[in-house]
Amino acid sequence: MAKQQQSLRRLDHRDISWYIDRLVQILMFMGGISAIVFIISIFIFIAKEGVGFIGDEFSLSEFFGSINWRPTSETNETYGALALMVGTASITGMAMLIAIPFSLGAAIYIGEFATGKTRETLKILVELLAAIPSVVWGFIGLTIMNGIIIDLFDVPIGLNVLNAGVILGLMAAPIMTTIAEDALKAVPEKYREAAEAMGATRWQVIWRVVIPASKNGLVSAVLLGIGRGFGETMAVLMASGHSINIPGSAFDSVRALTATIAAELGETAVGSSHYGALFTLGIFLFLITFLINLTADLVVRGIKKK
Amino acid sequence: MLMTWLLILPVLIILVLLIIRGGPAISWAFLTEFPSNGMTEGGIFPALLGTLFLVSLALVFSVPLGIAAAIYLSEYAADNWLTRAINLAIINLAGVPSIVHALFGVGAFVIFLQFGTSILASSLTLAIMTLPVVIVATKESLQSVPHAFREACWSMGATRWQTIRRIVLPNAVSGILTGVILEVSRTAGETAPIMFTGAAFFLPFLPETVFDQTMALSLHLFVVSTQVPDVPEHLPYGVALLLIGIVLSMNALSIGFRVYLRNKKKW
Repeated sequence: MAKQQQSLRRLDHRDISWYIDRLVQILMFMGGISAIVFIISIFIFIAKEGVGFIGDEFSLSEFFGSINWRPTSETNETYGALALMVGTASITGMAMLIAIPFSLGAAIYIGEFATGKTRETLKILVELLAAIPSVVWGFIGLTIMNGIIIDLFDVPIGLNVLNAGVILGLMAAPIMTTIAEDALKAVPEKYREAAEAMGATRWQVIWRVVIPASKNGLVSAVLLGIGRGFGETMAVLMASGHSINIPGSAFDSVRALTATIAAELGETAVGSSHYGALFTLGIFLFLITFLINLTADLVVRGIKKK
Repeated sequence: MLMTWLLILPVLIILVLLIIRGGPAISWAFLTEFPSNGMTEGGIFPALLGTLFLVSLALVFSVPLGIAAAIYLSEYAADNWLTRAINLAIINLAGVPSIVHALFGVGAFVIFLQFGTSILASSLTLAIMTLPVVIVATKESLQSVPHAFREACWSMGATRWQTIRRIVLPNAVSGILTGVILEVSRTAGETAPIMFTGAAFFLPFLPETVFDQTMALSLHLFVVSTQVPDVPEHLPYGVALLLIGIVLSMNALSIGFRVYLRNKKKW
């Protein structure tokens, strides 16, 4: 027995470096799962602050059905988020109207037509575009874009759906361009060659072959753009006019979900129902963007499988 | 095609406008003096310094964690449900709205951990928010190290960690650095996450510990352009120009570095 153990021990080469290796592996694993831990704790902590409000004063029909967001009313506080949701949706919709054609056009040009140095330069410019901070975009909306809209359309105030939409469109376009270009690049060269061999023009190749083949990637580019639009805060706060409104036209001011949190959180007492209501908006935003990101990821995974 | 230029052109025009209108505001005094007279005059020194504090402290948290996560994903993780879950979590961490990160910062750091509104709470919020930037960049640069390098090292009897430390990391370090620079630029520009966790509208003094509040450049731009009445026009333009200058030059540095590395690469 003792002899057997001895020979086993001789076979065991565990030295200090083996233990270090194990330890490091555990540390790295902890780093790896930290992303999961954070995303779960984000949800838990927001839910924790919002749950008191949801259990107490929250009414589903009011939250989704009423346009009266009056958290500071003395007599009767109401928390209807419908106008805020419509505000966010209208700005995002306007932004997509601008960003989809631009980013798709840019992606097709960069991916299919531009070559060599031009291509590299354009990619770098697009990347730099994506880096401009949102508060700077908001400032641009507040000053430059505001003036342009007033002059161009002869309206009294230039802070509206159009302004926020244009700003947001410019913000979302670079990331959408990058993803769309990746999707176009993923289409095998064979497809293009086959179509060209059939006598198709360059444009026919792109329109009939490349775009249908990269459909999933393009859809996920749009989805991520929408996600960006839903979540953008500072730029929307500064450029949208920030007044509660169901917009009748692109020249009406609106207020977004994110902007409401940003503008009001500072004035609320911790634990008050107003405070809880803002966290409830946060839960709603978290779930929506989570869903959008998940869908985008699943759509992309769809292409990879093929 | 026209579309690309239509996308880039307005931004170039805006940049030029910022430079024309904000350029005259930037002077040595602007950079080194405190704001005065209700923030309508004077400089932005405390905001500039505050941004520096916030960014550095955020890096202290997110860089080691992000690198560890990337090493795990690139060197250890098998292709299973857990890895997929981690990747999904990273995507979502990047996709969650910045204001939701702010709410999390308030709930977790300011209230639950009782850091109060402080540099520490702000930096932690920023660190978590920008973690995906470091992870993605590091993972990419680790994966670009050829697998044969690792095999050669293993066959010499080195452990996994020895291989990573002596072979993989030295070959990837410059790629990781590009990611870190990129993160600096992201962190410096963020506003929403720090608004309620530790950045103040105005402070007449500099922060002394990480539990103090601080001013920040991004929030300062928001404040002087929306919250303070009668600010002379050149002041917010100056702040905007400075902020965009910092962010874009960091990005340009990161891109330049990347291009240089790609040209230098031997494999």
